[in-house]
Amino acid sequence: MEMPIFSARSLTKVYRSGEVEVFALRGVDLDLQEGEMAVLLGPSGSGKSTLLNILGGLDHATSGTVRFRDEELTAYSERHLTRFRREHVGFVFQFYNLIPSLTAWENVALVTEISAAPMKPEEALEMVGLKDRMTHFPAQLSGGEQQRVAIARAIAKRPEVMLCDEPTGALDSKTGILVLEALWRINAELETTMAIITHNAGIRQIAHRVFTFRDGRIAEAEVNERRAKPAEVNW
Amino acid sequence: MSVLDRKLVRDLARMWAQVLAIALVMACGVATIVLAIGAYRSLDETRAAFYDRYRFATVFSGLTRAPLHLRDRIASISGVSGIELRIVKPVLLDIPGMAEPATGIAVSIPDHVEPAVNRLYLRAGRLPEPGRVGEVAVTEPFALAHRMAPGSRFDAIMNGRKQTLTITGIVLSPEFIYAIGPGDLIPDQRRFGVFFMPRATLAGIFDMHGAFNDVALRTQRNADLSAVIDTLDALLEPYGGTGAHDREDQISHMFLDSELTQLRAMAMVIPPVFLFVSAFLVNMILTRLIALEREQVGLMKALGYGPMAIAWHYAKLTLAVALIGIAIGSVAGNWLGRGMTDLYARFYSFPFLIFRQSLDLYTIAAAVSALAALAGSARAIWGVVGLPPAVAMQPPAPTRYRSLLGSGSRLLRVFSQLTIMALRHLIRWPVRTLTTALGTSLAVALLITALFASDSTAFMVDTVFTRTERQDATLSFGTERSPRALQEVAAMPGVLRAEAFRTTPVILRYGHRERRVAIQGIVREPDLSRALDKALDAVEPPPAGLMISEWVANLLGLSIGDIAEVELLEKGHRMATVPISSIVESYIGLAVYMRTDALDRLIGDGPRLSGVHVAVDPSRLRELYSTVKRTPAVAAIALQGLSRERFRETIEENITIMTTVYTALAVIITFGVVYNSARIQFSERARELASLRVLGFGKGEVSSVLLIELGAIVAIAQPLGWLLGYVFSWTVVNGFSSDLFRVPFIVNRSTFATSSLVVFGVAALSALIVRRRVDRLDLVRVLKTRE
Repeated sequence: MEMPIFSARSLTKVYRSGEVEVFALRGVDLDLQEGEMAVLLGPSGSGKSTLLNILGGLDHATSGTVRFRDEELTAYSERHLTRFRREHVGFVFQFYNLIPSLTAWENVALVTEISAAPMKPEEALEMVGLKDRMTHFPAQLSGGEQQRVAIARAIAKRPEVMLCDEPTGALDSKTGILVLEALWRINAELETTMAIITHNAGIRQIAHRVFTFRDGRIAEAEVNERRAKPAEVNW
Repeated sequence: MSVLDRKLVRDLARMWAQVLAIALVMACGVATIVLAIGAYRSLDETRAAFYDRYRFATVFSGLTRAPLHLRDRIASISGVSGIELRIVKPVLLDIPGMAEPATGIAVSIPDHVEPAVNRLYLRAGRLPEPGRVGEVAVTEPFALAHRMAPGSRFDAIMNGRKQTLTITGIVLSPEFIYAIGPGDLIPDQRRFGVFFMPRATLAGIFDMHGAFNDVALRTQRNADLSAVIDTLDALLEPYGGTGAHDREDQISHMFLDSELTQLRAMAMVIPPVFLFVSAFLVNMILTRLIALEREQVGLMKALGYGPMAIAWHYAKLTLAVALIGIAIGSVAGNWLGRGMTDLYARFYSFPFLIFRQSLDLYTIAAAVSALAALAGSARAIWGVVGLPPAVAMQPPAPTRYRSLLGSGSRLLRVFSQLTIMALRHLIRWPVRTLTTALGTSLAVALLITALFASDSTAFMVDTVFTRTERQDATLSFGTERSPRALQEVAAMPGVLRAEAFRTTPVILRYGHRERRVAIQGIVREPDLSRALDKALDAVEPPPAGLMISEWVANLLGLSIGDIAEVELLEKGHRMATVPISSIVESYIGLAVYMRTDALDRLIGDGPRLSGVHVAVDPSRLRELYSTVKRTPAVAAIALQGLSRERFRETIEENITIMTTVYTALAVIITFGVVYNSARIQFSERARELASLRVLGFGKGEVSSVLLIELGAIVAIAQPLGWLLGYVFSWTVVNGFSSDLFRVPFIVNRSTFATSSLVVFGVAALSALIVRRRVDRLDLVRVLKTRE
């Protein structure tokens, strides 16, 4: 079998808030395969965002290991993690996190400027269907458009993985589907590995595999025999 | 304590660094108000009290010699309320342990009664008694400089005879609060003193029995001074009256006046700078705080708090900051005020000089500062008042940016996206950008204003002492002498060169304007004492006509070719007309020059000398000093060499103090502005910066967004600061210009550079403090929250 792109073992994360210890992750084991689209489901506080943040090098685990290919991420220094994010990971967040003072094109160029072999910003924007909105500032774009700019920004550097934390959480169904279509296309055409967190159980249908989180553990892992297209998702 | 007040206290504690930065700027405003106005009042009131209690004269006149029976006629002048007819003569002193001769003036005091005018304040001992030979009272600064006390003795050369004098008392006089010796630019207590002796004694020494050569009058409050002066002049004319004048032309009074003018200028210029900056800072942080607390404001309104209650809550926050500033500023102002008073005590001789601690001063300073702070916060608070609760609880609409160049512009492609982010943010809030730059530029301007003084003074000292007054000493004769005296002086030990001069007091008149000046006669091809043209090159005096300084030309409205009227004050008030032949540069006094032979012809009594300028071999100074002490004809000696040193020392010391104070002020302003501005930028952009970190930008790259923005603001501030500094300095130069001296306006390039460097340094430090926050950004938390 091929080596997984991500491989987490006995991953534990404890937050200390005042005198209380909160277990966000309690010994999670997970492998993500190259080119796979995984959907992480589960109630708030079940640990899916914490896992995503640790995979993306935004947070440190309390114990356990994460390997990215043959590198051990959990041993990385702050500086190393920054480079890891810059070179390998694309992020998409619920609230888009665009830079309001940069146009759509510039928001994408922000990333292409520091990447080794990026696409052209306009190419990335075209993939998400926003070629004609390149010169608009975030304040001039709708929520769905903003999220698609965020996706263009994430894919422009041709990352190996994309980590999406509730990418459709702030969107209505119509725009949500547009965003999912963009993600689907990228996964299919660029073979980018994707982990998508969502509260929306309908979205599970587009994944290769679905992981359901409960109390800091993976309670259930299932494989979709047939993947639905985003347009078929029951919102 | 109400719950809102608890919130207030916690807000203050949370923002302590920003609060302190603003409070410090405000404290500077308060301190400078307390200092400048306090010192002004202290000096003004002390002087008025001293004048009043010790009956300082209002009209003064010198003359050659007049009989005492003129007293009745002088007393009958309308408005005169007190008369002193005195003997005032120059003396040379031979002080044990001091090689160079000191100079002084001997002033007579009435034999058995207290003086009607210019009374003496007795600090120690008693006044000298008539009939006891050699008793003298001396002014306090001179006694202190020589550690003299009642009982001390020294030798004086009076009217060519050596006298041993015994000090009986140490005194202060309203006439000599600022006592300056001949040829000096600032007081030198060691080399100049005033000596009071009973009239009978002085009359004996100077052959002035039944006569006087100086008048001091006190007039009634409503007296017509110019009428008194005219009548007195007419009365004294046959006796060689040198022209009466009022306090405006009295040396000590003039210097005090100029000090008061400077203090007033300081009180007008400096505190407003700080008040403006602190108002701006309050506005900046309160606007941001309220923006961050929109939801809380909405909540409070939803809970039923009225708009006024909420406005008052934020007003209290402003007032609390002001209160901290006022407290720090009052303590600092008090401390600085005491320092200033100590400085005055060294220059001015007052029997009492208290730095007045009047409550109203602090009240005014506090009220002005609190008002400035409230003015700064008014807009932000007003915004809260008008906010409906529902709107307040929603986040503000996203900021709209626009591209000034068109976002596709090729020009933009030159910059990295990080730079574009920084620049767009600057352009998005142009008013804030410009006011921040203006605040920073004020720091640059203050530094230039402090540092240029050193440029200008160095230039002035260089010009005065190496180009015009190049002599090492000036010997003045008691009475004018024949040209033979020049050879006698030239033959004195150590004299390398000798150059005669003549000087005579005149009234220079043009049209309806007139001024008392002294015409300085200078020789052909002068080498030691020269006049300079506007380019500061020596001018050869023309065979006829007057050379006047630009200041005198402006005072009288004269220009080259005009014919001025000259009234000779010593020679029976003879009138003559003289053309103006050139305008010269001069920084000290009212300079009017004429070639000596032309002056001799003008006065009409043949060639005479008032004294001789000499250049001296430094290794033979002691010999020259002892010869001078033995030469009866020499009534006074000015030691320009020593004056120069003393002047440099004092100025350097003053400039060091001033530079230190101003640098501290500039550092506080820069820190206050840049730190607060960086904190607010950081607060507004924390989310963006965290996003950049997530995207894989390093800490250094992310900080560069903030640093580029701050750097641009500080860079814009520089030319603005240079301009403002230039204007401030020019204002200072104009404010300081008086008949006594003018400071040339010189701002060296290095002054601009140093000021900018200091501000850049402090700005960099403030930015680095904020940078540490970027390093500690919590990425996960920032991304999870919506703004």
